[in-house]
Amino acid sequence: MTVLILGATSPIARAIAREYAMRGNPIALAARDVAEVARHASDITIRYGVKARGYAFDALEYDRHRETVAEAARDLGPIEVGVIAFGDLGDWQRSVTDPTAARAVLETNFVGAASTAEALAQHMAPRRSGTIVGLSSVAGERGRYSNYFYGSSKGAFSLYLQGLRARLYHEGVHVLTVKPGLIDTPMTWGLRRGRIPIASPESLARAITRGVERRRDVIYHPWFWKWVMGLLRAVPESRWKRIKI
Amino acid sequence: MGRWAEQQVAGWGRYPSTTALVARPETRRDIEAAFKDREGSPVLAQGMRRSYGDAALLKGCRVIDFTHINRMLSFDEHEGWLRCEAGVTIAEIVDVFLERGWFPPVVPGTKYVTVAGALASDIHGKNHHVAGSWSDHVRRVELLTANGEVVTCDRATNSDLFWATAGGQGLTGMILAMDVRLGRVRSSTTASDADQVPMIDVETIRVPDLATFLQVSAASHQREYTVGWVDGTARGRGTGRGVLMRGDWSAAPRRAVRRRAARASMARYLGSGWLINSATIKSFNTFYYRRHIRRATARTVDADRFFFPLDAVQGWNVLYGKRGFLQYQFVVPPGGGGDRVAAILEAIASSGIAASLGVIKEFGERAHGGLSFPAPGITVALDFPNTGTRLLDLLDRLDDAVASAGGRVYLAKDARLGRESFRRMYPDWSRWKEVRDAADPDQVFQSDLGRRLGLVGDAS
Ligand SMILES: Cc1cc2nc3c(=O)[nH]c(=O)nc-3n(C[C@H](O)[C@H](O)[C@H](O)COP(=O)(O)OP(=O)(O)OC[C@H]3O[C@@H](n4cnc5c(N)ncnc54)[C@H](O)[C@@H]3O)c2cc1C
Ligand SMILES: NC(=O)c1ccc[n+]([C@@H]2O[C@H](COP(=O)([O-])OP(=O)(O)OC[C@H]3O[C@@H](n4cnc5c(N)ncnc54)[C@H](OP(=O)(O)O)[C@@H]3O)[C@@H](O)[C@H]2O)c1
Repeated sequence: MTVLILGATSPIARAIAREYAMRGNPIALAARDVAEVARHASDITIRYGVKARGYAFDALEYDRHRETVAEAARDLGPIEVGVIAFGDLGDWQRSVTDPTAARAVLETNFVGAASTAEALAQHMAPRRSGTIVGLSSVAGERGRYSNYFYGSSKGAFSLYLQGLRARLYHEGVHVLTVKPGLIDTPMTWGLRRGRIPIASPESLARAITRGVERRRDVIYHPWFWKWVMGLLRAVPESRWKRIKI
Repeated sequence: MGRWAEQQVAGWGRYPSTTALVARPETRRDIEAAFKDREGSPVLAQGMRRSYGDAALLKGCRVIDFTHINRMLSFDEHEGWLRCEAGVTIAEIVDVFLERGWFPPVVPGTKYVTVAGALASDIHGKNHHVAGSWSDHVRRVELLTANGEVVTCDRATNSDLFWATAGGQGLTGMILAMDVRLGRVRSSTTASDADQVPMIDVETIRVPDLATFLQVSAASHQREYTVGWVDGTARGRGTGRGVLMRGDWSAAPRRAVRRRAARASMARYLGSGWLINSATIKSFNTFYYRRHIRRATARTVDADRFFFPLDAVQGWNVLYGKRGFLQYQFVVPPGGGGDRVAAILEAIASSGIAASLGVIKEFGERAHGGLSFPAPGITVALDFPNTGTRLLDLLDRLDDAVASAGGRVYLAKDARLGRESFRRMYPDWSRWKEVRDAADPDQVFQSDLGRRLGLVGDAS
């Protein structure tokens, strides 16, 4: 069962690829940096003895998304699990002053992600089989003082996935929404450690493969974020707007 | 967040400790971007930080962490050549290849080191007498040099740079990838069951003194792996007493029992430093020696147990407490029936400062010059809790004895050697520095160790 990872260069994407390769699945790795995914594909083949290949992919090249999915399926077999792993945190202060920067974040995380998901859906629905995994974020649960560009794009993506799940339910395809808290990647590099626990990409990858197996709809990782976000959502708007987080 | 994060960093000995701005690239592009984005600051590559002292530190400057640059790029099933990126660890190589019948050509006492760190320290292992050091098994290195270009070095092209990088402690450039040749493990040829992994037949021999150690060691040259444990607190007639272990890959593979590393929290709990002091070290050493009641025993053990026994306790270095510890490893030339080693051991034991975990080994003939450590002779490594000036004074005296005996200390373990002694120990250093300066005229690559020993900047 082939696994296609879109945005394959990040540590979370790498951990997911390894987790599936370890179980013997062929892996298709799509990313902007083709030289890098080629190296990554060799690594997977050497370590786990499975087929792995790299593909050029840009979240913002909408008209190529279906082609990328089709190409990977031609080479490695029908895509059973498609993981939308890319994301752009952006620099929120820049987004405030520079509309182009803001647009890049909103477009990558929402429009690009939705377009990719549709491409996967189109490939999976005729076979009535497969799982689409979308990496959203707990940041999408409530708009915050800081980086609401990223937050809103992830919030929109979560809503989109919710709708897609309902639609594809009737077509035999499963949709898993993943809402990570803090994971140890470049996105969180330099955050003061110790205050809030930062989970490893490997632990997230294991949670995701388990979620796919058990056909979960939404997972939070680490689990406590579900309760943290529940609490934060409960703060009345009149208070919330005063908090600078 | 940002590319550079301020971090408190230290080597394995947790002494010294400094702050630096650290980047942790995920891809080769990230490495090049970080290198360009260093705002003119000196920079250093860092691996798993298993060097003990300040080899991987660069106070107040930029450090690039290579641990996420760890792809295996190609493997030649016939000859054993593995091309891999700098941050691949020996642990990963063992994980992937041992069950297929291959093993790293040289392994240190911990598997948590990167291949780049292995080359930068030109590491040695229990098989030095037959296999030499890490660089003996590397044919090609990709190096990001000071002008931002990627240079390929091997024994024919850029050979000066190749040899200066072997043992060069990261000061010639940043290693991006290398070709290293894995060794065939004998027993694997019969392995059929996937659950079976090669094991090691090991013999353990108690040796009452240094002369006996040398005799047994000399008689063990045919064995692939030999190493000794030495009681650094024993004096007089017992100087050099300890245990010698010799091993070979077992002809029959066995089902391996996967051991889990002891919980790190356990070590942290014990980690305030109260556990390790002169009295506990002495009784432990005696206990360990006496435990080997019989003169010789033989068993078959798994590779982890034989090569990396210390890795079973994660984070054991915190046991020495906040002040950390220092390891002193030296090699002195053979001859004199081990008198030189005996004199140094005697000086340590009579100083009243207790050394724990002594390791002793007889090196083979191979040596590479430059800053590479291994040389024919006997090497001893001892750990000392950091007790401040008293210890530092003792180590200064030992430097003198080692240098006078024509020996040297291992830079990967060092945190305090002085320039004068360093130059006596590594007479090749000025030639090494010429090669480095030609490759890095603007002194882009630096480290605290390099600054201390005059390997970077003005050599006065
Ligand atoms: C328990 C223990 C046992 C050990 N046993 C042995 C032994 O038996 N034999 C032995 O020889 N050594 C031994 N060592 C020492 C260890 O093998 C060396 O210090 C090794 O260099 C550590 O590798 P590292 O990846 O941790 O590198 P670090 O400690 O992070 O760095 C070491 C040096 O390598 C350089 N470096 C790291 N990455 C790069 C790169 N990409 N490009 C250029 N330079 C780089 C750094 O600048 C630094 O100078 C032992 C250490 C420990 C903790
Ligand atoms: N880290 C966390 O704490 C955390 C928390 C919640 C959610 N998440 C989500 O988890 C996912 C992975 O996160 P991460 O932390 O591993 O990310 P990361 O290290 O910041 O990497 C971002 C990845 O997205 C790719 N990307 C960005 N724009 C792209 C585009 N236009 N086209 C194709 N690829 C693009 C990047 O590729 P290049 O290499 O080409 O730049 C890179 O692989 C993201 O969706 C992120 O939002 C992360």
